[in-house]
Amino acid sequence: MYNAVLAFPADFDGWREAARRALALGTRPEDLSFTVGEAAPGLFAEPLPDQVPDDAAQPTVPRAFPDLARKMVCHADEDRFSLAYRLLWRLSGERRLLEIASDPDILRATQMVKAVHRDSHKMKAFVRFREIEDSALGRHSVAWFEPFHHTVELTAPFFARRFAGMIWTILTPERSAHWDGEALSFLPGATRDMAPGDDDMEALWLTYYASIFNPARLKVKAMTAEMPKKYWANMPETALVKPLIAGAKAAERRMLETAPTLPSFRHAKQEERRAMSLPRDEMPIGRDEAALPQTIAEAREAAEECRACPLWEPATQTVFGKGPDDAPVIFVGEQPGDQEDIAGEPFIGPAGKVFDQALAAAGIDRRQAYVTNAVKHFKFEPRGKRRIHAKPTMGEVKICRWWLNQERRLVRPKLIVALGATAAAAVLGKTVTIKATRSTLIDVDADTRLLVTVHPSYILRLPDAAAKARETEAFEADMALVLRTVPELAVGG
Amino acid sequence: MPTLDLRQKLAILSDAAKYDASCASSGAAGRNSVKSKGIGSTEGSGICHAYAPDGRCISLLKILLTNFCIYDCAYCVNRSSSNVQRARFSVDEVVALTMNFYRRNYIEGLFLSSGIIKNSDYTMEAMVRIAKKLRLEENFSGYIHLKTIPDASPALLEDAGLFADRLSVNIELPTDLTLSALAPEKDARDIRRSMGHLRAKIEEHRGEKRDRLKPKRFSAGGQSTQMIVGADLSSDDDVLTRSENLYGNYRLSRVYYSAFSPIPDASSKLPLAKPPLMREHRLYQADWLMRFYGFQRAEIVAGGEGGMLDLTVDPKLAWALKNRARFPVDVNRADREMLLRVPGLGTRAVKRILSTRRHRTLRLDDVARLCQSIDKVRPFVTALDWSPGGLTDEDGLRDRFVPRAKRAASQLELF
Repeated sequence: MYNAVLAFPADFDGWREAARRALALGTRPEDLSFTVGEAAPGLFAEPLPDQVPDDAAQPTVPRAFPDLARKMVCHADEDRFSLAYRLLWRLSGERRLLEIASDPDILRATQMVKAVHRDSHKMKAFVRFREIEDSALGRHSVAWFEPFHHTVELTAPFFARRFAGMIWTILTPERSAHWDGEALSFLPGATRDMAPGDDDMEALWLTYYASIFNPARLKVKAMTAEMPKKYWANMPETALVKPLIAGAKAAERRMLETAPTLPSFRHAKQEERRAMSLPRDEMPIGRDEAALPQTIAEAREAAEECRACPLWEPATQTVFGKGPDDAPVIFVGEQPGDQEDIAGEPFIGPAGKVFDQALAAAGIDRRQAYVTNAVKHFKFEPRGKRRIHAKPTMGEVKICRWWLNQERRLVRPKLIVALGATAAAAVLGKTVTIKATRSTLIDVDADTRLLVTVHPSYILRLPDAAAKARETEAFEADMALVLRTVPELAVGG
Repeated sequence: MPTLDLRQKLAILSDAAKYDASCASSGAAGRNSVKSKGIGSTEGSGICHAYAPDGRCISLLKILLTNFCIYDCAYCVNRSSSNVQRARFSVDEVVALTMNFYRRNYIEGLFLSSGIIKNSDYTMEAMVRIAKKLRLEENFSGYIHLKTIPDASPALLEDAGLFADRLSVNIELPTDLTLSALAPEKDARDIRRSMGHLRAKIEEHRGEKRDRLKPKRFSAGGQSTQMIVGADLSSDDDVLTRSENLYGNYRLSRVYYSAFSPIPDASSKLPLAKPPLMREHRLYQADWLMRFYGFQRAEIVAGGEGGMLDLTVDPKLAWALKNRARFPVDVNRADREMLLRVPGLGTRAVKRILSTRRHRTLRLDDVARLCQSIDKVRPFVTALDWSPGGLTDEDGLRDRFVPRAKRAASQLELF
């Protein structure tokens, strides 16, 4: 029967050193006890020998064990050191022990670590500093705190990281921590009367505590679950808890019984000012109004309010076309995607990148063209933090065609490029296949021709690199055809 | 008007801020004052420094810069037509209060919101000035959350994101229609565009994984929003549809649900009765099920009746009671997705089950040690020594989970 003596209640390094020696000596868990400081060991225990056999193997443990043990030894339980040693002992035979959450030793260790975590967390939360002017140290922040486990060493580094620019001391009955602005040191325990009695900020803190409380939703149990009464003694605001609860029902009743009052004079004046400053033509131009938009800017503004189909509701905004009012070419895509919906501009996402590359390869300046979509709102299915593109129905395309027609009427392009089948259908008013219409110039009216090609996202989705290269080439060839048809689009043109 | 002292202003402007549910201080980038020799740190998880008798956590100094407001939103205590007492902090007062509270370890940082005075930019500019001063002059590394104003200029939002850990815009109500009815000056489209703008900025500043030199973090704690529940006639389905949309569209870190609570000098447009606080709680549970348990919104809503969640039992249990054909689940064989659907098993319990069963076959006792309450779990699982037999399909199963006193009353009256 051996006994190991540790320096202080959460002496992890001392425990580790002793545990290694005991393991090397083959000491069974039931033959080893631990005592802290001056405490008397058991009657028959002899001190753990300093020397270990030279051939003793260095024990190895799972990576998670040292951290577990470090937290365990902070627990108030007297058996904490023995239990930690028993786990170490068992680990040499049961390598996977830590993963068996239902094992009684592991369960107890987990509970201990949880309790230590909680106590340490509550210490971070509930320590209240009071400031004093110290002739030697200057402004000195001092707190009195009573932890329920041996958590001072574990938690003090948190305060050092947080209050590095202050000089502070946390006094507790067992161990005290001090930060001098440079380094952390631990001092012996203290008593409550060594801490300052009050602080001039406390009155304001109490005012805040009372005012932020909402008497209409009293939930005392929820409060005490998170702020157990055992911590209250050292928190000034808890003196208010009783009177606030007592006054809550009355405060709520008063609030409900007081009849609504008439708005103030200030409010009336403000309303008057607002009414004066509203623009006269505030009414948005509705689709059913007789007046059609006269410019692209007007059409864009009107489209912002469009609710002709249900797609507006889940989307962020209407993504209208972008480009010069008199562009010679309109590129029409299917619908905006995730990024277009956020930014409010067409073809800026991944498909837009493919589109831009093809234009660059063909020597087309995108700024000279008008770029838009057949459907102006993003249609999608929500999937957690992602939005999955959903194909617009022909009904939705038909409804939104009204806006595309306004764009065509106002821009009056020589050429329309339909990117994909949805765009082609929106321009032609009937469904066509890409295969049948691709890469040929189709007359749609006296002044305008149509070129149908694939949508750039089609190229993006191809899994096979060879197919991707082939389709990119074909798409670039179509863009080259666009430039031959409308040479004004050339870069620098 | 008599001049108010700091204590009176604090009373008015924190009272005015308490209807904002969020007080989270989590999610910020790790940061401390060791090198700067200043004050403050954020280490990922938030800290609640106190709890009020309403059960809410007090983590931040949650105040308004001013409760003067030119808007007249019916649900808001600070609306322009209300006769609550008004006050306004100066920039320096807010900075000094924050530092003084922080030095005493009362708070994790500042949550600053404001009524709108003059115009959006004027107000936003003052808020940004406070954040900037805290960071640059006071050497403050604690948490800062700014409630942004939807139509403030992008340049101001940009500044705000560089100094704050979290930005948020409140969506306020579950549908655009009720928003325009109750908040005539607010435009749901502006709010969404603003959230979209924030998402774009946050993502742009996050940088690529392989980037050596990361760009400066922008609102590292992400963005959040708040929805008021029970001020209009929207169903829980409406509320959850809105959240699902917001999480997907703008990658929000959190949607907060705030049960409409009576406010002083309330507008006559509002309901007089408050919704049960339990409704708010159930919505949070449903939100969690959508985000961490792999439930679809429609499944959760179908657990209740008529688009409303069951107030008496939690939404996971409500779903399980209506889908008993999928139970019992074998705790020794079922996959993670199905274990997560067992009432009474949380994400942590499931993780421990998965880890333990690699080494031994679980008995019911083992499961009991790994979860909070085995009573809830028992009818829905099988283990080495346990099969629920007819219990899973028993007619009275639901009643077992409802405390007798509450069985009669459909709504919980809080005392």
